[in-house]
Amino acid sequence: MIEARGLTKHYGAKVAVDGLTFDVRPGAVTGFLGPNGSGKSTTMRMIMGLDAPTRGTVTVNGQRFSDLRWPLREVGALLEAKAFHPGRTARAHLTMLAQTNRLPARRVDDLLELVGLSAVADQRAGKFSLGMGQRLGIAAALLGDPGVLLFDEPVNGLDPDGIRWVRHLLRGLAAEGRTVFVSSHLMSEMSLTADEVVIIGRGRLIEQTTIGDLLARSAHQFVRVRSPQAASLAGALERDGATVTVEDDGSLSVRGLDGPAVGEVAASLGATLHELSPQSASLEEAFMELTDSSVDYRGATASTTTPTEAP
Amino acid sequence: MTELLATAHAALVRHGGPGHGLRFGLLIVVVLVVVAVVLIQRQRRKDRTTMEVASPTAVTGDGGTSVAVVGLAEPIPTGHYHFGDLLRAEWTKLRTVRSTGWTLLITVVLGLGISAIATAETRAHWASGPVGQHVGFDPTATSLIGIFVAQFAVGALGVLAMSSEYSSGTIRTTFSAAPNRLRVLLAKLVVFGVLAVVFAEVVSFASFFLGQALLTSPATHATLSSPGALRAVVGCGLFVAALGVLALGLATMMRFTAAALSTFVGILLIAPLIVQALPTSLSEEIRRFLPDRIGAAILTTTGPSPFAFSPWVGLGVLALYAVGVNVVGAVLLVRRDA
Repeated sequence: MIEARGLTKHYGAKVAVDGLTFDVRPGAVTGFLGPNGSGKSTTMRMIMGLDAPTRGTVTVNGQRFSDLRWPLREVGALLEAKAFHPGRTARAHLTMLAQTNRLPARRVDDLLELVGLSAVADQRAGKFSLGMGQRLGIAAALLGDPGVLLFDEPVNGLDPDGIRWVRHLLRGLAAEGRTVFVSSHLMSEMSLTADEVVIIGRGRLIEQTTIGDLLARSAHQFVRVRSPQAASLAGALERDGATVTVEDDGSLSVRGLDGPAVGEVAASLGATLHELSPQSASLEEAFMELTDSSVDYRGATASTTTPTEAP
Repeated sequence: MTELLATAHAALVRHGGPGHGLRFGLLIVVVLVVVAVVLIQRQRRKDRTTMEVASPTAVTGDGGTSVAVVGLAEPIPTGHYHFGDLLRAEWTKLRTVRSTGWTLLITVVLGLGISAIATAETRAHWASGPVGQHVGFDPTATSLIGIFVAQFAVGALGVLAMSSEYSSGTIRTTFSAAPNRLRVLLAKLVVFGVLAVVFAEVVSFASFFLGQALLTSPATHATLSSPGALRAVVGCGLFVAALGVLALGLATMMRFTAAALSTFVGILLIAPLIVQALPTSLSEEIRRFLPDRIGAAILTTTGPSPFAFSPWVGLGVLALYAVGVNVVGAVLLVRRDA
């Protein structure tokens, strides 16, 4: 369980995190979403006691991180891709970590095996690929068998196999009842992994919700209909309260009625349907919509051309 | 430091160029370097095995729930992580990076090599030169010049012990496992300090015995029971170790290898030059506070200099510097974001 209350961080005049309040509960993967530079990493560093909050508090299992008696046994974190000395071997890196929290030496071998680094355990980690480095970081996070896990952009730089592995690992850890908090700027990745999402923009909480709810509320949800009798069908649908847009290809985009309702209307008209397909917006779009107003750095071309293009 | 090197250089030049004594000294350096290279290459070969990686074994199939994260299967111990746990971890950190071996090796090569050159050369030209040239000859100091030069290698080790954690990002991993930063710093200082003292003392004694063995008749040599000799040898090791601890403190303050290392070298080499530019009356008063003058007094057995602290007082002053820098470093370490 992670509880943030009014968490705020200033770097000089810049406000990196602004009054964040959220809970991350056990037994689920909670995605931490926001555009780059929105304060995700800063928040994670504050959870881990690395950065001191300017205001507010954050606790792990009800305790401040610095008060944990065996930190590695309670919280594991992958905060950066290569947080190890390039000259040290994978085994030595894990060994020194294990020693700080009095973990048995065989635990190091177990984790090397788990992440598939046993064969290169005695090689200098500086030679590792990004993916291997991530796996070493994951091994370090899991070393103390902690109930709370934090991952900052864990799939960055991974190949498709690696991404799939991390995805399954995160889901598996949550299924074991652990608290799993994973940041990403990729909504599409989170839609496959997370149960819940905490969405921030410019350091502020935009909302905390479930993936399903986010999707259901999306304004982009509509039903696509193709019919030879498009014109009369559109009229009937509008009489039933729907908003109908005629697309360039002649199809109708129907908002405000769900698929079965559209089907009923068509049947009552005796209209022939060539297509009736509910369209859900991708989470990516939903995410863009939510964070639209809070993106820190907008491309210069986009902001200058938009007004002139507007009718 | 600079003045000691100048003395050594003068001793060499005075006799009209290198003789077979110098050649013998160089031979020792070459042998030590060859041994070092061979050892390093053996390590390289060990590293050059293939980098094939098994795919992770945690996940089987696409189920997404079949992760086999093996639990610890043992109860969490009572109490909390202790200083002893951190000492073990810091010792593992120090012995598992190659820079430690490198810097210690350089300490040995410089320590023994330069001592051998200085003493063998003195011996080779003993008979030549003007009468009375050996008045005030200090066999102990001559044999300890090498370890004195090796202070830079020990300093580099001290800097790297802390700065490499920052340059690699390991510091955040470290504090995620042990958030009590003062305890981590203290463990690091204890482990490095003990290693530095033991190692510097061993090299210091070895330099002394090697040097004295090369100062055969007609040259005069010293034994540990000669006046001031034991004090100089022991003091020299402590001096170098204290500089190493000071260097670690600089790295804690500055976090960057280059910044800490150049400050360290600046204190030892540049500061004396700057002070020298001042009027003599002033500069001699200031120079007694500089580590190079303190070190020179520790090495010297031929009588105290009016412009230097006595050896033990000097060592105390240096220890105060080391403590002071580390206290500032500790305050910054606790207050700063990692």
